[in-house]
Amino acid sequence: MSHRDLVIVGAGPAGMAAATEAANAGLSVTLLDEQPRAGGQIYRDVDHVPDHRAALLGPDYTAGRGLTVALRRSPVEHVTGAVVWSIEPGFCLSYSRDGRGAQLTADRVLLATGALERPMPLPGWTLPGVMTAGAGQILLKQSGVLARSAVLVGAGPLLYLIAVQMLRAGQPPLALVETQTGRNRRAALRHLGGALRGWPYMAKGLRMLAELKRGGVPRYTGAQDIRIEGDTRAEVLCFSHRGRTRRLACETVFLHHGVVPNTQAARALGVAHHWSTQQQCFVPTLDCWGRSDVPGVFVAGDGAGIGGAKAAALSGRLAALAIACDAARLTPDERDRRARPLRSARAREQAPRPFLDTAYPPCAQALSPRDETLVCRCEEVTAGTVRDHARAGCLGPNQTKAFGRVGMGPCQGRYCGLTVTALLAEATGQTPDQTGYYRIRPPLKPVTLGELASLKTPPATGKN
Amino acid sequence: MNPVLPFLEIEASSAPRVEVRFDGAPLLLPLGANLAAALLAAGIERFRDTPVSGAPRAPFCMMGACFDCLVEIDGMQRQACMIEVAEGLQITRPGSPEVRHVAS
Amino acid sequence: MDSDYAIIGGGIVGLAVAWGLLRRGLTVTVLDGDDGSFRASRGNFGLVWVQSKGMKQPRYARWSQSSARLWAEFAAELEQNTGDAVPLEQNGGYDLHFSEDTLQATVEKYEILKAELDGDYPYDVLGHNALRKEEPHIGPKVVGAILHHQDGHANPLKLLLALARDVRRRGGRVLTGKTVTEVTQPDGFELACADGTRVRAAKVVLAAGLGAARLGPQMGFKAPIRPQRGQVLITEKLPKLINRPSLIARQVDEGGIQIGATNEEVGHDDGVTQSGLSGLAAEAIAAYPALARAQLVRSWGALRVLSPDGLPIYQRSAEMPGASLVTCHSGITLAAAHAMLLPDWLEGTAAAPDLEVFSESRFAIS
Repeated sequence: MSHRDLVIVGAGPAGMAAATEAANAGLSVTLLDEQPRAGGQIYRDVDHVPDHRAALLGPDYTAGRGLTVALRRSPVEHVTGAVVWSIEPGFCLSYSRDGRGAQLTADRVLLATGALERPMPLPGWTLPGVMTAGAGQILLKQSGVLARSAVLVGAGPLLYLIAVQMLRAGQPPLALVETQTGRNRRAALRHLGGALRGWPYMAKGLRMLAELKRGGVPRYTGAQDIRIEGDTRAEVLCFSHRGRTRRLACETVFLHHGVVPNTQAARALGVAHHWSTQQQCFVPTLDCWGRSDVPGVFVAGDGAGIGGAKAAALSGRLAALAIACDAARLTPDERDRRARPLRSARAREQAPRPFLDTAYPPCAQALSPRDETLVCRCEEVTAGTVRDHARAGCLGPNQTKAFGRVGMGPCQGRYCGLTVTALLAEATGQTPDQTGYYRIRPPLKPVTLGELASLKTPPATGKN
Repeated sequence: MNPVLPFLEIEASSAPRVEVRFDGAPLLLPLGANLAAALLAAGIERFRDTPVSGAPRAPFCMMGACFDCLVEIDGMQRQACMIEVAEGLQITRPGSPEVRHVAS
Repeated sequence: MDSDYAIIGGGIVGLAVAWGLLRRGLTVTVLDGDDGSFRASRGNFGLVWVQSKGMKQPRYARWSQSSARLWAEFAAELEQNTGDAVPLEQNGGYDLHFSEDTLQATVEKYEILKAELDGDYPYDVLGHNALRKEEPHIGPKVVGAILHHQDGHANPLKLLLALARDVRRRGGRVLTGKTVTEVTQPDGFELACADGTRVRAAKVVLAAGLGAARLGPQMGFKAPIRPQRGQVLITEKLPKLINRPSLIARQVDEGGIQIGATNEEVGHDDGVTQSGLSGLAAEAIAAYPALARAQLVRSWGALRVLSPDGLPIYQRSAEMPGASLVTCHSGITLAAAHAMLLPDWLEGTAAAPDLEVFSESRFAIS
C-alpha cells in the first residue's frame, strides 16, 4: 500500500490549489477525485470544453484553467475516477476505481469535498424533469446540453447566471420564479458595506439582471406555494405570486436556494460540526487554517462553509501551508508570511456573503415542507411522517432514521439530512445543534460487496 | 435535432457516435460523453422506477450525490451521471415489477 | 407516585416490558436516552432465533422457544393497535456450514439439547443439493445447513416504532432525552435524571442495556454486563435472492440483504472498520456468490449487551425491594416473552415463569 504525506479528497478549486501548494512545498501528495477530469463542479471539464461553449460560460469559468494547469505542472499524483468510500483514522483511505478496490495511507488528510445543493423539498420535486440548478450547469459545462423549456425556481445569484447562459445560448428560460422578497432585500441593506467591498460580484449581478430584462425573461419574486405537477414527468410549475395562482407549462424545472457544505466525509471521520445561522446549515468546526478537532484532518473550500470558488482556492492554499508547516516543510514564520496575502484576498472574496445570504434566504416553504411533501427521496418519506416520529419521541435524526427509514437510502441523507434536522428542531423546540445530524458511516458511496471482499485482510471474526 | 425533445445539444459533438442499448432499444450516443447527459439528450426521460413505490425518476443532481439516475449495467446498479458512454453498453431501467414486488 | 412502574430504558426491552405492564392496566413511566445513546434496538440483526441458543442451559432454549411461539400473536396485536405491520417470517432459519466437520459437530450438540428438551427441537440437516433446492443462490462452498423450523426473522425497526407508538397510545408516559443518574428508595422509588427531572414510582425495572452496568450496583445488582461489537452491512434493495435467514445473511422485507455480524471485544466503540466490513462481505459472497455484484449501501456497528455466559439476567434486587434488572442480548427474539410473560414475574403472580436460572446468583461473587 502506498503512503503519502498528504491525501486530498476532491479536485475542485480548494483541492487543486491545496494539492499544488503542498506538493510545491515538498510534500508527497495524492489527489483523489471521482470525476474523469479535474475541476470539481464549478470548473467541471474546464480543460475539455470546446471554445464556443467556453465563451458562453464566460471568464469566471475559464479562470479555473489557472488551477488545472498549475496542478498538471506540479508533482501531485492526481487519481481520477476514484470514489472514496472509507477513511479510517491513521489514515487509510479506501476507494473504488474502475470497479476495483484500492487503498492508500497518509499522515494527513485534507477534505475538499465541496458543496451540495441545499435540499429543496417541494411537492413534485422527485418527478423526472426536475433537477437542481447545479445539474443544469453541469449539463451545460460538461456536455453542452441545454433544457429547451425550463423554469428556474428558488433564490440566489446562481439562477441569474444560468438564465443568462441559457439566454446567450439562444434557449432562454421560460421564467425565473424567485422566492426571496422585498423584505429580504431591505434586510440585506445593512450588509451593504460588505457588499460594496465585494463590488465586482455585485456589479456582475446587476449586469446579469439587466441582461435578463433586455432578453425578456420574466421574473416573479416573492413566489409562494410552489409545486410541480405532472403524472410521470414535470409538466406544470404552479405557484402563487401577488395573490394570484400562476401555472407555467414547462418540461424542466431547475431548483436552487443556495448550496451547503458536503460534510459526509468530515462527519464520518468524527469532525465536530456546528450550525451556522448565517448560512443556515451545518459547517465543520475549524481553526483559521482549516484544521479540525480530529488530529491530521483538514477541511477546505465550500465543504468548510460556503464562500465560492475563489475563496475555496485560497482556503485550500492556506490549509496546505498549515499542513506543510505541521510536516516541518515550512517554518511557522514562512507559513504566516505566505498566508498573509491569501487571508486578505479571501476576506475580500467573502465580503459580499452576508449581503447575499440575507438577500437570498432559503425558500421558507422548502425549509418546513407541508406534511405530504416527500423529504427523503430515496426511501420516499414525507415531512408528515417525520413530524409524526417526533411525536413518537424522536429527539434527533438517528432515532427518526430507525423509526421510518429517512436517510437510509443510497444518497445516505445528502438530500434529506438538513430537512430532517429542521423538521425535528421545529417539532421539539430544540436548536439544530441540539437536534444534531445523521451519524455518517462508511461506505461514503455505495461499493459492491465483491470489491469490499477483495480488500479482505485478516480472516473475519467468529460467529455466534 | 429533434424539436420535441426537452434537452438539446448546443453544438455538434466531435466525438464519434456509438451504439448502446437502453431497455433493448438502440441509441447512438457520443463516445466518452457523460452517460446521463447523453441519455437525456437522446430523449430518455425516465431512468428508473423506485424500489419503494415504483415512482419514475431521472437525473436530479448530475454530480453523483442523489442516486436518482441509477441504471443497471452488466447486472449492477450504477449512477449514469458517473459513467462515460462506451460502445455496446447494455443499459436497463431498474424497477421491474419483480423488484417492486420484493420491496413492497 | 407518578406511576406504578418506572422503566429505565426505552429500547426494545424496556418498551416491551412497559407494553406488557400497560396491557395489565398498570401505569408506567419510561425514561429513554437521547439520539446518540448506544442502542442495540437500532443496530441488531432482526432474527427471532432459537437454534444454537442454550446449548449449555436448556432453560434458555425453552425461554427462547416460548418467546418465538408468542411472537406472531404479539406482532398481530401491535399491528391491530397501531395500524402498522411488524413484518415477521417464521418459516425456519439456517446455520450454514462450510465444512462437513463443523456441521457434524453442531448436529451432535443439537442432538444432546434435543434430548434435554424432550424432543422439542425440530430441525433438519440439509446437504448441499437439498439446500440448493431451498436456496437457489447458495454457493458451492456451502456444504450444508441445519434448517431449524422454530427460527425466523422480523423487522426490528418496525417493532421499535410500533412499541413506541403503542406504549404511548396505551397511556404510557415516555420521557426522552433522559439520563438517570440516581435511584433512591425513600418511600417508593425516586429516579433523578441528569437534566433535573425526577420521577417517582412504586416499582422500577432497570432495562437500560449497557447503562445498567453503571446504575445496577447502586440498586443492588451485580449487573456484570459488557459491550460486544457487531458490525452489520446492508445492500441496496434487490429482487428475492434469499428465502430463509441465517446468521450470515437475510433479506429484509424492504428488499435489502442484511449481512452480519462481527463479534469484537472493543469496549464502548460502535464504529465500523474496513477490515470488519471486508471480512463480512467475503463470507456473505462465499454463501451467496451473486452478492458480489450487490452494492453495499450502509454499514453500522452496534454493541451487544452481554452477560458473562451470554444468557439474559432477570434479577430482583435484595437491597431495593421492588426493583428488577432485565437485560439480555436477544431483545428481538425475547420481545414477545418480555411483553407477555415477564409482567407476571414482575408482579409476582402465580402465573409467573420460573426464571431462577437467569438470576445473578449464577455469577461468582466479585
